[in-house]
Formats: sequence, C-alpha cells, structure tokens
Amino acid sequence: MQQFLTITLTGLTLGMVYAAFALALVLIWRSTRIVNFAQAPMAMITTYVALVLIDAGFSYWIGFAAALLSGLVLGAVIERVVIRPVEGKAHINAVILTLGLFIVIHALAAVIFGSRFRSFPAPFGLRGFQAGDVNIALTGFGIFTIVSVLVVMALLVALFRYTNLGLMMRASAFNQEVARLLGVKVGRMLTLGWALAALVGSLSGLLIAGGSLVHPSYMDSVVVYGFVAAVLGGLDSPLGAVIGGLLLGVSLSFVSGYVGSELVALASLVILMLVLLLRPGGLFSHAAERRV
Amino acid sequence: MKKWSRKLALVTSAVTTGALVAACGAGQDPDEGGGGASDVGITEDKITIGAHFPLTGVAAPGYSEIPTGARAYFDYVNANGGVDGREIEYIVRDDAYNPTQTSQVTNELVLQDEIFAMVGGLGTPTHSAVVDFLNSEKVPDLFVASGSLQWGDDPESKPYTFGWQPDYEIEGKIIGQYVAENMPDAKVGLFLQDDDLGVDSEKGVRRYLDDQIVAVERYTSGNTDVAPQIAGLAAKDVDLVLGFNTPSYTALSQLVSQKLNFNPEWFYSSIGSDPALVGSLLSEFSEGAIKDGAGALDGVLTSEYIPGVDTPDNEWTQLWQKVWDEHGEKGELTNYRVYGMSHAYAFVQALQAAGPDPTRDGIVDALEQVGTELEGPQLAPFRYSEDSHLGISGVQLVEIKGTSTEELTPVLVTDIGDAPIEEDTSNQADDVPPDDGLPAVEPVG
Amino acid sequence: MTSATRLPAPLARATARIGSSTLLRHLVFALLGLVIVILVLENTSQFRNAQFASMAYLGIAAGGLTVLTGLNGQLSLGHGALMAIGAYTTALFYQTPEPPLPMIGVLLAATVVTLVVGAVVGIAAARLHGPYIAGATLALAIAVPGIALFFNNTLGGEQGLNVLVPDIPEWFADAVFFITANEVSTSKYIGYIGWFCLIVTFVLLANLSRSRVGRIWRAVRDDEVAAEIAGINLGRARVLAFVVSAAAAGLAGAVMAMAVRITAPTGFTLTLSLTLLTAVVLGGLGSLLGALIGAALLTFLPQVVTGVGRDAGLSDLQAAELSPLVYGLTMVLVILLAPAGIVGSIRGAWRRRKESAGSLG
Repeated sequence: MQQFLTITLTGLTLGMVYAAFALALVLIWRSTRIVNFAQAPMAMITTYVALVLIDAGFSYWIGFAAALLSGLVLGAVIERVVIRPVEGKAHINAVILTLGLFIVIHALAAVIFGSRFRSFPAPFGLRGFQAGDVNIALTGFGIFTIVSVLVVMALLVALFRYTNLGLMMRASAFNQEVARLLGVKVGRMLTLGWALAALVGSLSGLLIAGGSLVHPSYMDSVVVYGFVAAVLGGLDSPLGAVIGGLLLGVSLSFVSGYVGSELVALASLVILMLVLLLRPGGLFSHAAERRV
Repeated sequence: MKKWSRKLALVTSAVTTGALVAACGAGQDPDEGGGGASDVGITEDKITIGAHFPLTGVAAPGYSEIPTGARAYFDYVNANGGVDGREIEYIVRDDAYNPTQTSQVTNELVLQDEIFAMVGGLGTPTHSAVVDFLNSEKVPDLFVASGSLQWGDDPESKPYTFGWQPDYEIEGKIIGQYVAENMPDAKVGLFLQDDDLGVDSEKGVRRYLDDQIVAVERYTSGNTDVAPQIAGLAAKDVDLVLGFNTPSYTALSQLVSQKLNFNPEWFYSSIGSDPALVGSLLSEFSEGAIKDGAGALDGVLTSEYIPGVDTPDNEWTQLWQKVWDEHGEKGELTNYRVYGMSHAYAFVQALQAAGPDPTRDGIVDALEQVGTELEGPQLAPFRYSEDSHLGISGVQLVEIKGTSTEELTPVLVTDIGDAPIEEDTSNQADDVPPDDGLPAVEPVG
Repeated sequence: MTSATRLPAPLARATARIGSSTLLRHLVFALLGLVIVILVLENTSQFRNAQFASMAYLGIAAGGLTVLTGLNGQLSLGHGALMAIGAYTTALFYQTPEPPLPMIGVLLAATVVTLVVGAVVGIAAARLHGPYIAGATLALAIAVPGIALFFNNTLGGEQGLNVLVPDIPEWFADAVFFITANEVSTSKYIGYIGWFCLIVTFVLLANLSRSRVGRIWRAVRDDEVAAEIAGINLGRARVLAFVVSAAAAGLAGAVMAMAVRITAPTGFTLTLSLTLLTAVVLGGLGSLLGALIGAALLTFLPQVVTGVGRDAGLSDLQAAELSPLVYGLTMVLVILLAPAGIVGSIRGAWRRRKESAGSLG
C-alpha cells in the first residue's frame, strides 16, 4: 500500500512537470504549427541563468523570475530570427531547424556553463509528510509544482478565451491571411506565442530542476515525454496538455516502480503509438482530422 | 547526359585497368605493424603517455578532475628534470563515458599520438571496450581507473594491463565483514550500480553478509531517477544501506531518502563517498532540508585507500597541496585530483624501475618484480606479481564527520576469492613522501 | 555540341550501352569506387583505416536515412536505435571465438532482424507525418537502449557486449598481399568490409531511387492527394521506404559493432540519431553522394574542430563540446540558407548555369 501511494504521488508531481512542458509545446503548435524540439535545451539554459544568479547570492525567487524572463526573451528572439524564415514552408525544414537548435543550445550550455552536475534549490522543503505510519511522498516543493502549473494553465486559458490579445493570437494561428486583413499584426502574435511558450517551458525546467541535479542533458528526456503528453491530450488543447501530462506521469511512474525504470522510455513509446493509432487527435482534439 | 555518361564510362574503365595493373604486386611501404616496437612513444628527451577520461557527460562530476591532478604532478616532475632526463608528455582524451567513443579515442592515442603506454584509463564499461585492443597492440595499460577484477585477475590473457585501486570485490569483503561483526542484527540493503561495480561488490559483500541482506536495488548510470530503488529499500525496512555507486548517486540517494522519510544508516564505498563532491552536489538545496556543504554525509561510513583532503595533516596530502599550488589549474585540490596525483606518482616509480632505456615489455616486467615493495601514498601495498596484476590490497574503514574522517579500523588487507582479511603488517600506511616529492626507485636488475 | 573525342566503334557501343543502362552505370561506379577504396586503404595508416571504417558505417546509415527522408519525406530520428538493433544482433553472434555463422551470414542476419523491426515501426508510422513521426522515432531512439539495459543478462546491461571479431580469413590476407604486398591489420580488414558493404548498399539504393519505386516515393512525398488519386497505395510505399532504410541502418550497426568491438547502450544515444540527420541535411536530402559527404564531415571534422578549439585556448572540455556546436550551427545555417544541402546546392547552381548558358547559346 505504501509503495502504491508513493508511486502515485511521485507520478502526479512528475506528471505536472510534463504537463507544463506539454503546455509549452501546445502553445507553439497552436500559434505556428511547429513542434519545437529545442524547447528542452531552451528551458535548460534559462535554468542555468537562474543558477548563475543564485550562485552570485541572489534569492531563489530572483533566480526564478530571471529564468522566466530570459525564457520570454529567448523564445521571442528565436522565433523572430531563426524560425520566421521557414514558417509556411515545408514542415520538415522547421523540424530539422529545431533539432539543429537543440544541438546548438546544448553544446553552448556545456561550453559556457560546464558539464558539472549542479544541484538546484527547491523552496518549500524537500521532506515528505508523515501521516501516522504512512509516508506521504509529497514534498512542499511538490505541492508548489502542482499549484504553479495549474495557475499557469488557468492564466493561459483566461488569456485565450477572455482577452482581445488571446483572440488575436488564435486568429493568427487559424488563418494568417484573414487575420492580417482584419488588422492583426500577425508577425507580432507569432513572436508572442513563442515567447509565452518559452516562458512556460522555463517554468517546467525550474520545476524539474528543483531538488534534483542540473546538467546540460537533464531536460533531454523531457522533450519526449512532454511531446507524448501533448499528443495524448491533443496538440491543440492546453487542458489536454495538462491531463495528458498527469496521465503520462502516473503511468510511467507505475512502469518505473513495478516493472523497471529502464522500460519507462519504451512505455512512453507504446503509449504514443497507441494514441496515434487509435485516436490521433488526442483525447481533447478540436480540429477535424485531414483524411485523404 | 548520354554523352557525359559515355565519357565517364570510358574514363572509368581506363582508370580501373590502369590502377589494377599498377597495383598488382607493386611493393608499397608496409603498414606500421602493431606494437612490440620498443621505441614507440619514447625518445631521448620525451616519453608520451595518454588516457581516456569522461570529461563530459553523466560520469564527469569528479572523474573529470582526475587527469588535472595527474597532469599537475607530471608537470612538477618535468619541472624537476623529468625521469632519466625525459619529459613526460601526457595526452588526455574525452570519451564521455561512452564505450564507442573510448574505442575511437584509444585508436587515436595508440595509432596517431603513438603513446608509449596508457596510464589510468577510466571506467569499467569504457575500458572494457579497449583492453583487448591495447593488449593485442602490446601497449602497457597501467593503473586502470576502475575497481573491476578484470584488469588484474588474469595476467595470462591481459599481460599488459594493471589495476591500481583496490578492486570492488575486496572492498565489498572488508565492508561486509565489518558489518557482520559490528552490526550482526541489522537488516542490510544494497544499492548497486548496474555493472561490474555492483556485481563485484555484491560478490564480496555476500561472503560475510549473505543472510543479513534483505533487499538489493540496482540503478543504471545515466538515469537520475532513483526513487523506485529507494522506495524498494524502504519497503523492506532496511536498517543499513550499503551503497556501491558513483558520487552523483550518493547525492541522489540521500535526496530521495529525505523525500520518502527513509532514514537508515548509510555505508558508501570509497568510489562514491567524497564528502566535498557530494556536499557540493547537495549544497544548493533548501534551508533546513539538507545542510549544505560537507555536513551532508555526517555519520556515513566509508572506506579509504589513499590519504585525501580530509586529512590535511598527512604528509602526502601536504605534498599534493604543494604540487597543486605550483602546477595546478584553477580550483581547489580535491580528492579526485589527489587520486590523479597518486597514480601519477606510481607511474613515475614504474618508469624509474624500468631503467634508463625503458621498453614497453620492460616496464611491465619491472612492475611485476617490484610492485609489492613500492612506497607511496597507498595505505596498503600493491599485489603486482606474475600471477596478479591487481592493485592496492586493502582499505581502511572510516566514519565521515564534517569534512574530516574518524578511523574505525586499521588498514585491512585481503585478496579476491576466499582469502582471509587481515590487518596489514607492512606499515605501508606509514610511508612518508621523499623530501623533494620525487620518487627514487632503483632500476630493476 | 558534338563530343570532340572519337571512340573506336566497339568501345563506343560499349560505353553507349553503359551510359543508357542505369544498372550498368551504377555497377561501373561501384567498380571505380572499389578501386579507390583499395588505393586509399592501402596507402594510409592504421589509424586512418579505422576512421575510414567509421565513415563507412555512418555512410551506410546516412544513405538509408537520406532515401527515407529525402525521397519519401519521412523524418526519422530513430535510426540510431535501428543501428543498435543491427549492432546487438551482430554482437550476440560474436560472443565466442568460433561464431556459428560465417561473417556474411552474420551481416545478413543483422540486416534482416533490423528490417523486421523496421517493418513494425514503419507500419505504425505510416499514418503519421511531419512532427508526429519525428516525435515517435525520437521516442524510439530513447526507448531502445533501455531495452538493452532491462535484459541485462543476455544483452550485457550497461557494460554492453564485447564483440570478438573473427580472425582475418587466409584467402583474404593472401589476396591483398598478392595485389599490394601489404599485410592486413584488423582495422584495415574492417575498413574493407565496411566499404564493401557501403558500395553494395549504395548500388541497391541508387537503383531503387531511379526506379519506379523511387518515383512512387517521391510522388508520395510531394503530394499525397495526387499520389493517391493516381492509384498509389500510400501506406505500402511509406512502409517500403522505412523498411529499406531500416535494413541499411541494421547493416551499418553490424559494421559498427565490428569496428568498435563493443556494443553498449551509451553508444546509441539520441546524439547518434541527430548526428545521422545532420550528415544527411548537410550533404543534401535525397542524395547518396550527399550522405557520403555528410558521413565524411562527421568522421573527420570533430577532430579538426576540437584541435582548433584547443589551440585557441579552450579547455579540453570546452574544445570537446565545440564540435557538436559547430555542426549544430552548420545544420541551422544550412536549413536557413541552403536547404538543399551541399550536393543539392551545387547541383542547383550547375543547373542554373547550364540553363542560362543554354538560353544564351
């Protein structure tokens, strides 16, 4: 029983982080129809920015804010400078481009920050709770993780549904020509989409880093799990990203705990293939599929 | 297009015929054969050695510092005249703890850089990839930085390979015996890296603790999620965990145990227990949860085989500090750098023992003959002989207190298999360094 | 414009036959390639031989990948994992000094096993496009090493399996000595095997590429709707492309196992798959020559770049990271500025010059 509880709680916390990452992927997909494989090293590098500040003596929250801010800037810059030229062209170019960015940012981080494993602070404590005899494997930081992802998701939903800006962003994603005709500055909306996505990605990077070891490769596996979570929920749906993340986190935790941690990646592959074969749009798909 | 192809086809046929005719039987320069040549990598005034290390990647923390220590000591020796008038050139190549890359960089070292010997190649899975190549090329493969048995228990099949540190099995035996004698009622859990480190350690431990072991958990290096393993240990209500793992995993296991409110006693083998490194790995964690700095491992038991920065009054440590201050790159002296310097010291001794005109076969013979008598920082003597190329023969068990350690046992020595564990009577641990920090070994007969 | 050289009649007929037949043309190139390989391997050091062996297996895998991605439009990030399958199969055969099959059998077995796995993956992936197939193959790339770790009793776990390369056969050593009066080192032997496999693979791929199958693949890539209307079965075409490229990857893995003499999970990281993709993009998607150029760059460039970095004063660590930085950067620049890669851009420029010359002349 104890093990079941531990595994489930670990899965929930981890799932929330995958949800955050999936949210970032969904945001970019919705605005530019590109899957940003470079999201992981982008998040990793903003976490290093925070680490540099924390090393210099600033508090965790300053580092936190700096990471989010640098994520915003990084996302905007990358979209404007690197991605813009290939938007609208063959898909494959954009995918290869983001993979190239993956390699570049990875190597850059290793050159600038070194490859040493660094630990990363986690506010609100890393001790699990004790309820009588049962150990509840939920730390203060874990609760912070869950809460912050939910808050961000709520903010994004509010942005898209209830604000003018959100409306313009959705219009730009849906049909650039028409949006332009209606006076929407499409280019700026796309940049904003990437910037917001990178901000959410940075959040997920910080949440994974807290209480764990940071090194240039630490986010690499998250790009796969985040992607699977996003596909599971439907690449078009922020709510789907969160649900998908939770489901994936818990399932993978079960595989890790009861079968073997080496098979976690294989399990995610199987889940991905099942979703793509049975319900390619994901659990919360909006758009109708293109059938030929 | 057709005309172009036609011309090309004509040219092709002409070239093919011409080349075959020209090449037939034409004696070209023969390839430089494999080793055996005694003058590879050594000249009147220079000797070239090299090794592969993980400078990048998962295993880099700590290990990437070893070559910086070795380099500092070699620079010190060079600044004081070298060995028999020869300067030591030390080439280090990164293999990222990836055996494929180890194979490639070893090719570079042996075939392109033409090293005289490999000194201190690091890693069990990585070095396994190249040990047969080095032996078939007859390149001395000295002081492999890993405790696996395969570097020394079969000199017949690997005559050029020598271990250096105590192998994992004897460390497991000594730790196992200590636990059996001092904690006979404890329920013991094992936390093992999933390779020779874990396998050999477990073999040693089980000789003494077989019935006390209630849980065995393995992790794979590279996968930083050890929650399932720690949860497995916690589920069996383990009182004492024996960890045979690398430093990153010491930190991770401590961290995860916090989270699960799991508080056993911890015993980490020497490879994973450097308090400074583990402390720095844990140092950023939140206030109150884990104390920062070396306090992270207070009360943890471990084993040692060379004096390190935790015993700053030891004369060897003082020598290393002096060498580091004079020739080290930026950063502090750490136990990993001390490891590098200690095995560099052993290499200089081996080179001296090989005489003023060393050959590859000669240095191997020299080590077999005088290895057990070499004085150096190691707490127990080497076991080098014709029948064994295994290194340091024992360890001392200590308890970590802050940044220093408290001795629990004297230096205990043993050998692989069912050899008994005895207190060391060779007084190896009392050796002091020579005044000038340079060894002075007589050439072998 | 008439050709200035006048060939004697029988030779002219022969070269005309060669020129017009695709198969013969490719075979002639193959023969030329073999001669070049012999000349190069015999005249370079053992170290270079080992590097050329690396280039060979990277080239085989890159060739398969460029056909899949360039001709058929399916982006696979999992070819490193497919190489792993070929490599592990080979390693399993070479655990003892007396292998149960001759080398050709082992190579074939590795290819077939990987082909089967490729079929499974290909069928699953056939309905995917764009980022979905990239994501799925990315998951494959990460999942396969985990399998080797899980079955650590048979597959060696993290330490992997050592590969005992069988001794050089007498007839081969004698043949080489007869032709060149040189001894054959193990590195050279593997070099020969690798390049021989590469030549065979490339001839097959080139033929496929120019055949009806190749045209079908291109049609599926360019316009799904039109292809289906024209009666092409999309799924079957895609699966076939995937299977062919998987077989190439399996063969590449087999050669890699022999060249590196160990197969371990750490040899097949995501980096390998990304490296293959870089090779293919740099060389030019869809071009076999491009795949070869890409493989060459990836074999020889890292050493050069690391050397430059070290001379410029970077630490060993930083210099080591410089090479992925450079080739990642190059990949980004290539996609932005010259998406057709080296070969594609040169061909494009050459064609434009011909056209402008033709329009003037």
